[in-house]
Amino acid sequence: MNDMSAKPRMPDEVGVPDPFPYMHPLSVKNYGNWDYHERKRPGVLCHVSKSGDKLFTVRAGTQRQMDVYTIRKLCDIGDEFADGHIRFTTRSNIEYMVADEAKVEPLIEALTEAGFPVGGTGGSISMISHTQGWLHCDIPGTDASGVVKSLMDKMHKEFVREQMPNRVRITTSCCQINCGGQGDIAVNVQYTKPPKINHDLVANVCERPAVVARCPVAAIRPAMVDGKPSLEIDEKKCVCCGACYPPCPPMQINGADSTKIAIWVGGKHSNARSKPTFHKLAVANLPNNPPHWPEVTEVVMKILETYKKDAKHWERMGEWIERIGWNRFFELTGLAFTKHHIDTWTGARKTMNASAHVHF
Amino acid sequence: MKDAETGDDKVNGIHETPMLDELEGGPWPSFVTGLKRLRDSKDKKYAPMMNDLLGQLEHSYEERLGFWKGGTLSVLGYGGGIIPRFSEVAKDYPASKEFHTLRVMPPAGNHYNTDILRQLCDIWEEHGSGLIAFHGQSGDIMFQGCTSEAAQPAFDAFNEIGFDLGGAGPALRTAMSCVGHARCEQSCFDGVRAHRGIINRLLDEMHRPAMPYKFKFKFSGCGNDCVNAIHRADFAVIGTWRDDIKIKQDKVKEHIAEVGRKYTIDTVVNMCPTRAISLNDDDTLEIDNKSCVRCMHCINVMTKALSPGDDRGASIMIGGKRSLKVGDLMGTMIIPFMKLETDEDFEKLEEFAEECMEFFADNALEHERIGECIDRIGVPAFLEAMNIPADPNMVNHPRTSSYVRTDDFNEEAAKYFERKAREAGMTVAADD
Repeated sequence: MNDMSAKPRMPDEVGVPDPFPYMHPLSVKNYGNWDYHERKRPGVLCHVSKSGDKLFTVRAGTQRQMDVYTIRKLCDIGDEFADGHIRFTTRSNIEYMVADEAKVEPLIEALTEAGFPVGGTGGSISMISHTQGWLHCDIPGTDASGVVKSLMDKMHKEFVREQMPNRVRITTSCCQINCGGQGDIAVNVQYTKPPKINHDLVANVCERPAVVARCPVAAIRPAMVDGKPSLEIDEKKCVCCGACYPPCPPMQINGADSTKIAIWVGGKHSNARSKPTFHKLAVANLPNNPPHWPEVTEVVMKILETYKKDAKHWERMGEWIERIGWNRFFELTGLAFTKHHIDTWTGARKTMNASAHVHF
Repeated sequence: MKDAETGDDKVNGIHETPMLDELEGGPWPSFVTGLKRLRDSKDKKYAPMMNDLLGQLEHSYEERLGFWKGGTLSVLGYGGGIIPRFSEVAKDYPASKEFHTLRVMPPAGNHYNTDILRQLCDIWEEHGSGLIAFHGQSGDIMFQGCTSEAAQPAFDAFNEIGFDLGGAGPALRTAMSCVGHARCEQSCFDGVRAHRGIINRLLDEMHRPAMPYKFKFKFSGCGNDCVNAIHRADFAVIGTWRDDIKIKQDKVKEHIAEVGRKYTIDTVVNMCPTRAISLNDDDTLEIDNKSCVRCMHCINVMTKALSPGDDRGASIMIGGKRSLKVGDLMGTMIIPFMKLETDEDFEKLEEFAEECMEFFADNALEHERIGECIDRIGVPAFLEAMNIPADPNMVNHPRTSSYVRTDDFNEEAAKYFERKAREAGMTVAADD
């Protein structure tokens, strides 16, 4: 080994890269000096600066999990039809910034031609914010990209136009940790059975006190099983959340009889009008049915149709339900209200109707 | 899919993927088609890896189970930033037995140009699988799929062009910021500056994980909260302003002429959460700014007529998180307003961020987020530890339970009046 190879390269701890070298020149010039914006058509924003400069943005959907060929194709489009400056939104939509309005139409055509739908602005259904699933996660109950692809195929029309009452933000999560976050509609794995324990492996694989501590309902305790140190579960207490599975893979939470899908509604992060809200349970126990998850798609589409038809302009999903009442929500969507919709977790009393207000 | 007789699922060396194939049709861009493009790049060394990856993914679709397990992997000098994945079915899919993800921090605001994107692609084509996500829920660019051996050279190459690993494990995590000042008139503070200032100052906590659990920062320029900071960040910085909403009455009139008076009443006046807006007989707007909560709704609807005031800064909410383990929490308003304009203002923000991280490191239990820690000790104890005065903006309403010891109530009240007097520019006895 010579001296050069013996000397390892230490990292240059540069941290968060400076975005200014990559920004559109009009963004740099008008940084913090914008005046207003308008939406010329779905998928296109026009921001006007106090200096009078105009910056057009064309937004398009991507598959998020992109191969380098797709990214290079997006770059080719950016070089040929736009100004070479690109950003991605929180929901993995790509945005091209252009200074010249004449470039907007050819850019839209090029994106559409290449299979990237232009839209995702205003009262549209934007791309689903999602997780990794079977492709890369170590604890997934379902896939992410496949569910999203199936749903976006169905909702494509509402991505490329702005005909929903307000923006619709959908999320998916492959386990109950809910990495997808809050959404107007959230499609999340919901386990229905306690974990199945492989007692041969627990002692070697799991840090048992940490697993005991992880359980939100104190249902796990150390035990000797067949002469081996292991863990056991009080199945009456267990809420089937799967929190023990990541720190202890021999406590398998997934299985055909356990891994189901629940749909939640009415979550939002924005502070506009009402305060941010968590999503609420609409329906549970839907089958985890690849490759198209038709039962899930059907319920999501039904909720979307009902919201579209019944909500007032600018009402988000949760605000619409707040106005019409949960009684009417379940009636209009044809979903069942069960005892499982009534919260039992910490703070549950605050979710009850402590009044004489009733919707008929 | 395995042949019943031979046990082989390959035709001409390619795994058959009948279930995944069904996800290639339809109008939305297909990730499966992308994976296949990588698999079919016969001149690239990742082609066999992507063939086996597709085989394993198809196997997951059939069995409805995931087959990855974690492990430990890092690059020289760092303790985090890589998500190791080892296949549990490597016997059948050996070329993708190691399929690790490098989490790499994007430029603040997710700005790129085509040149830098191509450079990132070239690096991942050389060292990895060619599969990249813009971006993961963590806010990182996720370079998915490399062997243990390739992780170091891949990182070195990214690092050489100015990119750095993000967070993983019990550490400061990669942050996110909205488009902000670069393109949005509603942005109330310089998100790039706040984002880079805080993260780069605390970077050691990202690269060498030693916290009780994860700690996330997110930066949104206004209450629309485009990066979902309030729920998805331990420390959410959300832009706001103190003075009056700016109104261009001529533009109000134009808006009403265009969309109608009834529509304006329905969608602007009646939707104000604090009933702070009224429409005058001459089609101008009147706003009661003392009642306004800066929710952004009317500004969203009338983008040309209304805009945030000039006395801008941010609110800071602490403790947002997802389910594990006490349930989802929204961040709680801790700093109702922090001016963010001068160097000193940003220094103050960074100092406060550092103090919060220190509080978290000193007080949270293992695997406890700061929101859960504050829940456990109570918000008043947190305020006391951080030396932050109680403020009515922190609560929906004052307590309803009488179970509290109040023998120092008068002293606390005196502090409140003193603070109010100071804010009003009066001298107080304690200052003499």
